[in-house]
Amino acid sequence: MDNNHNIVLETQNLNIYYGDFLAIKDVNFKVFRNQITAIIGPSGCGKSTLLRSFNRMNELVPTARSEGKILFNGEDINDPSIDPVEVRRRIGMVFQKPNPFPKSIYDNIAWGLKINGFRGSKSELDDLVEQALRGAALWDEVKDKLDQSGLSLSGGQQQRLCIARAIAIKPEVILMDEPASALDPIATLKIEDLMRELKENYTIVIVTHNMQEAARVSDYTAMMMLTGEGERSGTVIEFDRTDIIFTRPKDKRTEDYITGRFG
Amino acid sequence: MPRDTLIRQINHIRDEILILGSMVEQATLSAVQALKNRDIHLAHEIFEADQTINEKRFAIENAIITLMATQQPMARDLREMTAMLEVNTELERMGDYAKGIAKVVTRLGESEANIPIQEIEKMADISVSMLHRALGAFVSENHIQALAIPKEDDQVDELFNQAYRKIIEAMIANPNLIDHTNLMLWVIHNLERLADRVTNICERTVFSATGELFEIDSMDEDDANV
Repeated sequence: MDNNHNIVLETQNLNIYYGDFLAIKDVNFKVFRNQITAIIGPSGCGKSTLLRSFNRMNELVPTARSEGKILFNGEDINDPSIDPVEVRRRIGMVFQKPNPFPKSIYDNIAWGLKINGFRGSKSELDDLVEQALRGAALWDEVKDKLDQSGLSLSGGQQQRLCIARAIAIKPEVILMDEPASALDPIATLKIEDLMRELKENYTIVIVTHNMQEAARVSDYTAMMMLTGEGERSGTVIEFDRTDIIFTRPKDKRTEDYITGRFG
Repeated sequence: MPRDTLIRQINHIRDEILILGSMVEQATLSAVQALKNRDIHLAHEIFEADQTINEKRFAIENAIITLMATQQPMARDLREMTAMLEVNTELERMGDYAKGIAKVVTRLGESEANIPIQEIEKMADISVSMLHRALGAFVSENHIQALAIPKEDDQVDELFNQAYRKIIEAMIANPNLIDHTNLMLWVIHNLERLADRVTNICERTVFSATGELFEIDSMDEDDANV
């Protein structure tokens, strides 16, 4: 594997429990800077759990706890000295279902900036809103209706608005949980193209059920599968360059899954 | 916008196929030069070039498979990908023909066997020109051009027949050189086959551009008098 890339996120022997249930078992993998990493695997294998652990969203689940390490730029994000809010500012998230605030398109972007301490002038704020909307390839479609509700947009536009909202506060990493699963094929391809543009400036980790999407958009792919006692715990069984995973995977379980022979 | 990645990758493979094509063109013309000048050193260079051609062929094949696996091309894109696999293979075989001619040069050594070099040079020039334009038509998806090129194969077949007669006459006139003169039959056979394979590229171009899969028969192989 090409290991020349700079590592942004790395898990070391990561276990995640919900109560007594071991949901994620012994995961070791790396996310490279300015690359798109896809996490694929069957339903219930822990893809979203793993993704949410990267910005400490899992700890919002009352019974969740973890063992092992998650290093972000070499620092353990679960260290008691680390502020989870700061982690989430630097590692943003976009969800499966577009979830714009019930506010204007403008305020959907501006609000996040304000609560993250923006103190500049109105014209500076305008510029940042425009930058974020441009960055999410949405500006041309909404520039004449910034005062309209974010909810008035189409699903694909709403998802790009959520991406604009995420990049407005300039995170390093954007986590995406099935960002296109609720969209039609053209809106999906727009999101995918946007992801490729975004990787110039950001690192992206995407969870997807859609293997074709992972194949199209990502540079690296992690294949997750249930293993362990009673096959109940998810782990990463193979991690490699996406072109290798989809043309000559090493693990037979990966091959079986991506060719539809699994289960 | 939604096709950016796919288009970029397809264009990259098209470029690679053009590069492979020009390597094959160069190898063919060099092989005929080596034959004309009895240049064994040049013949060895062609062996090495064939090695590079083979490696490039595999690299292109890999790129096509990766693109098919990761970008899921459909309809016209899918036809072009499968056509590229075919064209890629045709080019590699054509490279082998050039290598075959280079091999003749090494086996011929200092032999005084009669070489119908005029016909051979013309055959090479016409075939290489056909190949060059066929690849241009392929990457620009121009099926009108592709349909016109195979007709020129008739000229190659005619030259083949002329050279063939000369070779047979030389064999009769000089039976003690028959082993070496016989090698000339390989040379003209290789060039004649190269031109035939250009037709295959043109057929794939028509398929890629229109979806129609049929043989273009301006001539058939029997016209060449073997």
